[in-house]
Amino acid sequence: MAASSKKWVLGVIVLAVLVPLLQPVFPDVVSNYRLFLISTMIIAAIAVLGLNLLTGFNGQFSLGHGAFYAVGAYTAAILMDKLNVPYWATIPAAAIVCFIVGYLFGLPALKLEGHYLALATFALALAVPQILKYKWLEGLTGGVQGIVLMKPEVPFGLPLSEDQWLYYFCLLVMIVLFWGAANMLNSRSGRAMMAIRDQYMAADTMGIDTALYKTVTFGISAAYTGIAGALSACAIAFVAPDSFGIFLSIKFLIGLVVGGIGSLFGSVLGGIFYVLVDNSAQSLTQFIRNDLGLPFDLSAYTVFGVLLIAIIYLMPMGIAGGLYMAYRKLRGARA
Amino acid sequence: MKTNRRIFLGGVSAAAVLSTSGRTFAQKKYDEGATDKEIKIGHTNPYSGPASSYGVIGKCEEAYWKSVNERGGINGRMVKFITMDDGYNPAKTVEVVRQMVEQDRVLCLFNTLGTPTNSAIHRYMNQKKVPQLYVSTGASKWGKYKEFPWTMGFQPDYHTEAVIYAKHILATVKDPKIGVLMQNDDYGKDYWEGFKEGLGKDVNKVVKHVTYETTDPTVDSQIIQLKDAGANVFFNIAIPKFAAQAIRKVADIGWKPIQYLNNVSSSVASTLKPAGLENSQGMITALYLMDPTDKQWNDNAEMKVWRDWMNKHMPGANQDDGNYIFAYAVSTLMEETLKRCGDTLTHENLMKQATSFKKFRVPLLLPGITVSTSPTDYYPIQSVRLARFKGETWELFGDVMSAEGS
Repeated sequence: MAASSKKWVLGVIVLAVLVPLLQPVFPDVVSNYRLFLISTMIIAAIAVLGLNLLTGFNGQFSLGHGAFYAVGAYTAAILMDKLNVPYWATIPAAAIVCFIVGYLFGLPALKLEGHYLALATFALALAVPQILKYKWLEGLTGGVQGIVLMKPEVPFGLPLSEDQWLYYFCLLVMIVLFWGAANMLNSRSGRAMMAIRDQYMAADTMGIDTALYKTVTFGISAAYTGIAGALSACAIAFVAPDSFGIFLSIKFLIGLVVGGIGSLFGSVLGGIFYVLVDNSAQSLTQFIRNDLGLPFDLSAYTVFGVLLIAIIYLMPMGIAGGLYMAYRKLRGARA
Repeated sequence: MKTNRRIFLGGVSAAAVLSTSGRTFAQKKYDEGATDKEIKIGHTNPYSGPASSYGVIGKCEEAYWKSVNERGGINGRMVKFITMDDGYNPAKTVEVVRQMVEQDRVLCLFNTLGTPTNSAIHRYMNQKKVPQLYVSTGASKWGKYKEFPWTMGFQPDYHTEAVIYAKHILATVKDPKIGVLMQNDDYGKDYWEGFKEGLGKDVNKVVKHVTYETTDPTVDSQIIQLKDAGANVFFNIAIPKFAAQAIRKVADIGWKPIQYLNNVSSSVASTLKPAGLENSQGMITALYLMDPTDKQWNDNAEMKVWRDWMNKHMPGANQDDGNYIFAYAVSTLMEETLKRCGDTLTHENLMKQATSFKKFRVPLLLPGITVSTSPTDYYPIQSVRLARFKGETWELFGDVMSAEGS
C-alpha cells in the first residue's frame, strides 16, 4: 500500500472514531438512529467484503452468501440465547462455524465452475431459511418465531449510548477484518488466490494447490460474511428465517458489483450503497408522492432499479473503479 | 427589555383569563409526534417481497387517513400517516421503525403487519414507551400487558378461535375422530396449540395430524392420509389456496367428514368458489368481520357506507378482497382512539384510551361483536360467531362466542 493511501485510510478511521463523540454538540445530526444506520452499513460492508474475497479475488461465484450470513446470525443468537455467551464472544464462534460450513461447501463446489457454482450456491440460499424452520432444529432456532435477543450493553460504565457502543464495536470488527484481508491479499497466499482467478491452468502448473486454495478461500469468505451476520444479530436483537430470504444474497451481489469487484475500498462503498439507496429510494418515492403531490405511484424498487442501471452504465467498474478513473482523468488533464 | 416586558404582561393577562374560565378547557398536552396542527402515526407493510399481497392493507389505510383529513382531521389536527415498506423482513422492520420513531418522531405505530416483523420491534417499542397499536397479526402474544404494556393486538387471535372449534366439536359431535391439516409455520402452530388446549384431556381424539409447506404444490396426499386414518371430523388450518385444494380433494375421494375451516380462509370468493360451492356445504367456520363477497350483507348499512367510501377513495380496487374490510375497520378504531384522546395527545393517554373501550361498535364487525378493552385486557376483539355454509353464503348460528377466561 502506498504511503499516501495509508494516510487516507488512517484519516478516515480517525474521523469515524470521532464522529459519534459529536453527538452532544449536534444531537439531531449525529442521532442514535443515524449511528445505527451506519452500523448496518458497516455490517453490510463486511458481508460484501466476504463475497469480494471469493468472487473478486478468487474468481468463484456465489449467489448464496445470504446463507452464510444466516448461519453466522443464528450461531450468535443461539449462543447468546441458550448458553448466555457474551455477544463479543459470539463473533469468533460465528467465524469458526461459518468457516467450517464454507469449507465443507467448497469441497463439492470444486467440481462446479462458473454458472454451475452460482446455481449451487443459489440453492443453498433458498434452502437455509427452510432448514432453520425444520422440526428437529426448532428447539434451537425457535422455528418461524425466531429468537429475541438483548441488545449489547455498554461495557465498563462508559458514558456512551447503546447505539454509540454498537457503532464502535462494529467499526472495530470491520477495521480488524479489513486489515486482515489487506494483509492476506498482499501475501503469497493472496497472490495465489488472484493467480487462480486470472489464469487457473497457469496457476496449477506453477505448483499452486488450487483445490486447497479454492476451498480455504470459500471458508474464509463464508467466515467474513458469517461475522457480519453475527453482528447483525447483535444490532437487530432478533433473528428469524424471514430475515434471510434469497433477496439478501442478491443484495450482497449488488453491493459487490456496484461497489467494485476486486477492491477492498469498493466493498465499503458497496455496503454503504445498498443500505443508503434502499432507504433513500423509499423516502424519495414518498417525497414525490406526498410532498410534491405528483401522481407517480412508483414503487421503491423502481427507483432502486433505475439507479442501479445508471450506475452500472456510467461506472462499469463499480463506484470504486469509477472514482479511480475520474481521479486519473483529472490528473491526466492537469499534467 | 421592552419586548420582554410586553410578553410578560401578555402572559399574565392570558393566565388571568384562563384562570377565570376555570377548568373548562383541558390543558393541551403533547408528546412527540403531535402538535396543534398535526398527528404523526407510523405504519409498516410488505409492499414488496413474498407477502406483498397484504400491501393493499397499507394502501387502504393511507386512503383512509387522507379521507379523514378531507373531513377536517381529528379534533382539528391533520393526520400524517407515514407508511414504510419492510418487505416482510424483520431486520428491515427494525430499521424503518427506528427511523419513524427516532427521526420522524411519530406519536405511535398503527397496524404494523406481520408476526415476525412485529416480534422484532416488540421489545424496542416497549423500551421506548411508544404505543404499538392494533398490530396486524393474529398471533396470541400481543396481549401480554404486564411485560409489554405498550403493545396491543386487534383481531381475535388464532389460539382463541381454535379453542372455540375444539369446544364446539366436543359438544356437538358424537365420538369424534379428528383429522388436522396444518400449515407448518407460526400461524398454523398457534391454531394447533389452541386446538389442543380446547380439547384438553380429549386430545387423543385427534387421530391424525398432517402438515404442509407453502411451497408444496398440493395437499392431496395429506388429505388421503387423513381419510385413511378414519377421521370423521376435519379441521382445515390452511391459507385460501390450500384450503380450497383440501376441500376439493375431500369431495373427490368421497370422504364425508364434518369440516371446520379456519377464519383465515373464510372468504367465499377466494376459498369456497375455487373449492366448489357444492363441496363446501355444511362447513363450519368462525367469523368476526363481514365478508364483502357474502350476499347477505349487500343491504347492510355499514357495508353500503364502506362501498361508497371504496368507490370514492379507492376507485378500481377489487372490492371482493376482505383485506379492505379489515383495513377500514381497524382504521376506524384508531380514529376513534385518537379522537378520545382530545387535546392530550401523549403516549400514556393514547394507551389509556385504547384500554378503555366498553362494547364499542366498530363498523363491519359482525352484528353483536364489539370492542372491549381494559388495562388488563389487551385483546380488542375476542368474540366470534360460528357460521355454517349454506347455498352461497355463511349462515350465522348460535350466540356470540368467546373463549373462557381470556
